Formats: sequence, C-alpha cells, structure tokens
Amino acid sequence: MAELSNQLMALTVLAYLAAMVCYAGEYAFGKRSRIGKAAARPARQLVGAGAPADAEVPDDVPVQPVSPPKPGRGEWSGRIAAVLNVLALVLHLGTLATRGIAADRMPWGNMYEYILSATFVGSAVWVGVLLRRPALRHLGLFSSLALVVLLGAAALVAYTPVGPLVPALHSYWFIVHVSTVIISSGIFLIGAVPALMFVIKNGYDEGRRSFPYTLGKRVPTPAAVLERLTFRLHAFAFPLFTFGALIAGPLWAEASWGRYWGWDPKEVWAFISWIVYAAYLHARATPSVKRTVATWIALFGFVTMLMNLFGVNLFFEGLHSYANAGD
Amino acid sequence: MTIVEDRPETAEAPPPRRANPVWGLLRNSWRQLTSMRTALILLFLLAVAAIPGSIFPQTAVNRERVSQYYTAHPQLAPWVDRFGGFEVYASPWFAAIYLLLFTSLVGCVLPRLRDHLRALRTVPPDAPKRLDRLPQHAPARTRPETPAAAAESLARLLRRRMFRTRVRELPDGGFSVAAEKGYLKETGNLLFHFAMLAVLVGVGFGHWYGWHGNRILVAGEDQGFCNAITQYDDSALGPWVTAADLPKFCIRMTDFQASYQSTGQPRSYLATVQVKEGSGAYRGSSFTVNDPLRLHHANVHLIGHGYALELRYTDRYGVTQNRVVPFLPTDGMQTSEGVAQFPDVNIDPKTNQRDDSLQVGFEGVYLPTGGTDGSAVSQFPAENNPVLYLTAYRGNLGLDVGKAASVYALNRGQINNGELKKISGERPQPLRPGGTWTLDDGSKLEFVGTREYATLAIRYDPTQALMLVGAALGLAGLMLSLFGHRRRIWFRVSPANDREAGGSVVEAGGLPRTDYPGFAAEFAALTGPATDDGHAEEGTP
Ligand code: HEM
Repeated sequence: MAELSNQLMALTVLAYLAAMVCYAGEYAFGKRSRIGKAAARPARQLVGAGAPADAEVPDDVPVQPVSPPKPGRGEWSGRIAAVLNVLALVLHLGTLATRGIAADRMPWGNMYEYILSATFVGSAVWVGVLLRRPALRHLGLFSSLALVVLLGAAALVAYTPVGPLVPALHSYWFIVHVSTVIISSGIFLIGAVPALMFVIKNGYDEGRRSFPYTLGKRVPTPAAVLERLTFRLHAFAFPLFTFGALIAGPLWAEASWGRYWGWDPKEVWAFISWIVYAAYLHARATPSVKRTVATWIALFGFVTMLMNLFGVNLFFEGLHSYANAGD
Repeated sequence: MTIVEDRPETAEAPPPRRANPVWGLLRNSWRQLTSMRTALILLFLLAVAAIPGSIFPQTAVNRERVSQYYTAHPQLAPWVDRFGGFEVYASPWFAAIYLLLFTSLVGCVLPRLRDHLRALRTVPPDAPKRLDRLPQHAPARTRPETPAAAAESLARLLRRRMFRTRVRELPDGGFSVAAEKGYLKETGNLLFHFAMLAVLVGVGFGHWYGWHGNRILVAGEDQGFCNAITQYDDSALGPWVTAADLPKFCIRMTDFQASYQSTGQPRSYLATVQVKEGSGAYRGSSFTVNDPLRLHHANVHLIGHGYALELRYTDRYGVTQNRVVPFLPTDGMQTSEGVAQFPDVNIDPKTNQRDDSLQVGFEGVYLPTGGTDGSAVSQFPAENNPVLYLTAYRGNLGLDVGKAASVYALNRGQINNGELKKISGERPQPLRPGGTWTLDDGSKLEFVGTREYATLAIRYDPTQALMLVGAALGLAGLMLSLFGHRRRIWFRVSPANDREAGGSVVEAGGLPRTDYPGFAAEFAALTGPATDDGHAEEGTP
C-alpha cells in the first residue's frame, strides 16, 4: 500500500504538471478578450469604492458579440487543463487514501503527510471554484504551479516512510486540531493565488510594465473580481484557522503538555500567521488602506504559513514531533 | 464592492473648543492610538516581535538550550540576553507592544459599543428621497391593495425575514416602509474584540496566579513525593503565589508501562499511581500522555519517561549505601546518562572522620538494549538486553562548595584539577543487573536493578477555563462578524394616480452597508414578488 501511495504521488505530480502545461497553453494562445468577456460581466456591478481598477476594466475588454465564439486552440488547451486538473485531484485523493490505509490512521502524522493533505484541500477548493466560476479557469496555471512546487518539495525534502504515531499524537485532538489546520492552510494556499494575480493585474492596470506585472496583460479577470475572491477565501479560512490553531491546538497542548500555550516555534509562527491575517482583514475593512496594500498583507500571511511549514520544521527544534522532516 | 463605505468610525470629533494645548495633545494622541491604522501597525509589530522567540532558545521553554547557546556563541549570547532575546515573551518591548494594542483595543471598542447600543435602539431611518440612486432599486409598480394594506403586507414580509421594520405614514397619504437587518455583524465584531480583551486579561491573571513545576517520579513507594516547592526539580510560581499557596497532595507511582513499535517509536505510556489529596487517604489512579491526572487546583501531566538505576555501594569498611538515580535519556532509544555520587562513604569507624579524598562517584551510560557490537548506544528503548557502562572516580566530589551542582554529571572542575581521579581502567566497566564490580580498594558496587520513572509536569492555571470560554465566544463573534451583512431596504407605497380604481404604487430601494455579494439576489427576492401586480407576496425569486 505504501508503495502504491508513492507511485500515485508521482502520478499526481505529473498530472498537475500536465494540467499546468495545458493551462499555460491556454494562457499563451487564448484570446484574452474572449475569456475576458465572461468574467467582465460581474465586474460592472462589483467594481467600486476601494478598487482603483474600475476605470481600466472596460478599456481592456473589447465589446464582443453575444454569440458564443467557437473554441480556439487556447480554449481547448484550457478545457483539457481543467480535465487534467480534476484527474490530478482524484489521484491526489488516491495518494492520501492509500497512505492512510498503509499507516492505518489519518494521513497527517508528519510533515510529508501534512503537506500532502493541505495541498489536497487547496486543490479541492480550487476545483470547487473552477466548477462554480469557469471564467476564472486561467488561474489554474498558478494554482497548479503552486501545487507542483509544494508537492515536489514534500517529496524531495520531507518524504517520510509510513510509520506509526508517537504517543503524543494518540488523541482525538490530533484529528480535530490537525484537520482544521490542514483545511485552513489549504484554503489560505489557494487564496494566495488570486491574491498574487490581483496584485499583478492591478499593477498592470495601473500602468506598470516591469516583469511580474507584464503577466497581468493576459489575465482576463478584472482585478476587482480577483480581490473579492481573495477576500472570500481568506474570510472563510480565517475562523477555521482560529479554531484549529488557536483553540483546538491549545486545548490539546493543555491535555498533552500541561500548558495551553508555550511559545514553541510552531506556536510562535501560527500566532504570527494569525496576527498577519487579522491585519489583512483589518486593512481590508479600513477605507483609507488601499486594496493592494491589504492584499500584500494577505500574501505576507501566506509567506508566514510557508515559514511555519518548511522553515520551522527544518530549522528549529520544538515539541511538535510530527513536524519532523524525513529521517 | 459596490459598497457605500459606511462603517462606524472611531470616536466622533467633539465640538471645537479652545482647549489647553496639553489636553489637546493628549486627546490627539489618544485618537491616534485608537485609530485603525495604529491598530494595524501594532498588530504588525506584535507579529514581528514574536519572531526572535522562535529563533533564539527561550529560557521559559528550554533552559538547557539557552546554556548550549551560550557555549556555542559566547560573544553573541550576552548581547542577545541584553535585549531580552532569551525571554522574548516576557521582555519589556514585547509587553509594550501588547499593552499598547490592548489600550488601542479598549479605546476602539468602547466608543463602538456605545455607538452600537445606540444603533440598536434607533429605528431604521426613513427612505431617502430618491430610491433610484441606491445601489439596488426596483422601479415603481402597481398593486391592487390600498397603500395602507400594501405597506402592512410588505412590513409583515420584512419582519418575517427578521428585518427590523418601521412603517411611516407620509403626508401624501402614502407610506414608507424602512427596514434594516444585520446588526448581528457589529454585535459579533464587538463580541470578538471584547473576547480578545478577556483573553488578554486571562493570560495576565493566569501568569500572576498560576504555578508549575517539573519533577521526575521514580516508581516505588519509597520514591513518592508531596507537593511542595522543594520537591521540584525546577519550578516557577506566579508573582502572586507563595509556596504556602500550593495545594496539598502526595503522589507515588506503583507502576509504569511503556510499549513500543518495532522501530522503537513509543506507542503508549501509562502511569499507575496512588494519590492523596489534602488529608484524605491514598486512592489509585492512572494517567497517560494525553490524559492528565486532574487534581484539585493542579494537573499532573505525563511528558516523558526514563530509567532510574538502583545502585548499592559497599565501602572498604563494609558499610553499604543504596541510591536510586534517574538517568536522563539522550536519544529516542533511551541511551541514558547519569551519575551516582557517594560523598559519605569510607568513613573510618575508628575516627568517625569523613575523608574528602575518599568520596566515590560513578559516571555511566545505561543501555536498555545493548548491542552485540559493544557500541555505546541503545538499540531499543525497552529493556531487552540491559547493560550499564560505568566509570569510577574517587576523591573530592566537590559537592560542598555551596553551588547548585547538576545531579546528572560529576563536577568537571574537580576532575580537571586532579582532586577527583578516575580509578577504573581505560574502558568503562560493563555491568548487568545483579552484577557486582569490585574496585581497586576492595569496595564494591552492585547494580541492583532498574526502575521506570515518569517525567511529570505539574501545573495550575486558574484562568484556563475562562480563556476557553472567551476563545469560544470570540470565535462565534468572529463568524457573525465575517459572515453577517448589514443592509437596508426601503419601500415607498403611494396611492395610485388613478384614485377611482384604488390600488397603490410601490417603489423599492436597497443599500448594503457592508460588502455583500448576495444582496442583489436578496433584494430581488424581496421586491420581485412584493411589487408584482397583486400576486403572492412571496414567491420564487
Ligand atoms: C488584539 C488585537 C486585534 C485582533 C486580533 C483583531 C482582529 C480582528 C478581526 C479578525 C477582524 C475581522 C472581522 C471582520 O472583518 O468583520 C476585526 C475587525 C475589526 N477590528 Fe479588530 N482586532 C484587534 C484589534 C483591534 C483594534 C485595536 C481596533 C481599533 C482600532 C480594531 C478595530 C476593528 C474594526 C473597526 C473591525 C471591523 C472591520 C469591519 O468593518 O469589518 N481591532 N478585528
């Protein structure tokens, strides 16, 4: 079973990679105007107050005939990408399931499994968004890129053979705490994709033409829509993270180590992420703070999550035994 | 985001007054401090200030690692210390930031609470003159009922949907229906921020009134302990706790069970104990890693285990002494290190004088499962092939210098200056349980056997339960705040122009007061059926 899981893992990464290539194909060949039309419609009513992008959007989206245009190379590439993406998600689930069966427990016992699960949640949320808002499909390029990178990193630096849990992990809190943290991390992960795209697109709309902003040229979704999606994903993940990391975590720590909060490096960084995401919500709720600034804070929050996932596990030594990278 | 940015701002500006400059400055600083921008900056500062605590070892977390850091970076360590780098979360600058944040929070939520209470008591304001300027607008449509009846049924519909609704009669014989919903958003937000305050206060009280101690508890009736500050290997009382405040209880461990996977990873620990609280009798109990022993005003947590060695030394005059010494594990396989020191031995019965140069100490490594190759690391954490490697020293152990000495190592200074000499050979002496080792002077050391010990963390935090309640309320408030939506809806019902036929004309407008993508749909659902010509009031959107 463990073997099977590893093979499925390789296939999963390949499938995401293939999806990424097809998304890239759509990105390169797709006529942005056409995809843009679908996405621009909600923009009219959504763009407003804080978003500096509102004037730009209409210029960028040439008026199109109402009849559906026939699919071109880019469109096909995008459709194939979406199918591959769903396939990759299924393989991803298979990887997790076989891993869980092999270990005879929830597959969240170490850093490798943790990344595997968090990326799965991210991927599932992304596919959910994709199904509800097909116009956002082009974001798949970046979400699959993020997934490939993270899964690759998991396999290369964090791989751990299937093993049992240490006694500290034998607890209901293990399931409650770790699952909620994994789910919220996954959503934060996928929330960082529209956040980044918003920053790029918005920068492009504001006339910046240096490297990362040039990517915004081919992003059909209006900046304001990206910003909204960013906020909704974060607003959903934040309470979950609050519960998982700042309530269930301390509850378990109290039962297990005797103190609910002890400034263990993992705890420190969870605290930092939480504070930064709270700052994001504040910034977004403050009219005098620009939406770009707020979104940068969200991205910064994601950097702190990555720091917690990789940095803390690899550089610092703490009580969170499941954090140990492969040994 | 077609949102009218209409949020409660912090404190309204008071009417201008010729104030004295000091008062003006104070008021200005206060307003600065309680602004959202300052809150943002303080949040950031708090996040940044927390980082060093994960980079440098913290005294409160692991004292050993701090001294290791001193050894590894002798130049840097004093500087880190000077800036509180080893006690980040107790440092003045960290405290400064969170106290400022705390003040800012108070200054921010109190006015908001006042405004919100006021808002809760006020009725929804009357419709603006031009409903068609609002983000949502449903143009006038006719209904067959009289204006009064139409307004009444609209109000009923809104009330059923939990809108706070107010019907006003207009001078032209028409009615306006004003409705507002979503007060829970602000209520939730305030609840969340007050819960944050409660948690911050709780942390403070827990720190002041809490205490904790760590202790190694070796199995056996003779090794029990009663709760007292002197009984701890290390302990910390909160500033407002005295040693006399510690609750009275005694614990002795009758059994300790550890089981392991074949890889050596621990599978489970179980400590079986007898406890006595206050003046009661001993009762049996047991606890494991995630399931502490909860006593009155103290919780006993099992955080680790190891082996204590029982050694018997018979000196050159035939006097025997027993020691049970815990050895500290140095790896996951329970390779353990420790010492047994016998300062009061080899006392000549004739003179009854202690000769400091004849004290004896043993340094050893214990392997619960020794390998076949004679390497000094254990192969497995359970005792499958126990072996103890000992080195003997004789001389002045240096125990009386008055300095607190480690009980897990011999005094290196004494060995270096030659006062304490190694008396065994180059290679440490292997001993099996029950084995005896005769030293050069005829004295003997017997390895009687081992006992398991449990590492206990004993703690009391008086505000813990309160904090949990605060956190749970805070979470509920957070969700209300994030997912609630404040919005207003107005209907203007005028008499139809054609008075003969009766009937009325209804126009509607809607204003989302916060970011609310679903508002258009809700508005359509409410106004669609309601202004349709005399059909059902409610229908599918
Ligand atoms: C302990 C520090 C604080 C934390 C963890 C915190 C956290 C949060 C969070 C998570 C939200 C988002 C809820 C929402 O968007 O509805 C929020 C909203 C808000 N916070 Fe704080 N906050 C803190 C301190 C403050 C302070 C000091 C102020 C006052 C300056 C403040 C004013 C507000 C306001 C006005 C909102 C509502 C924003 C809106 O209209 O949605 N907060 N806070």
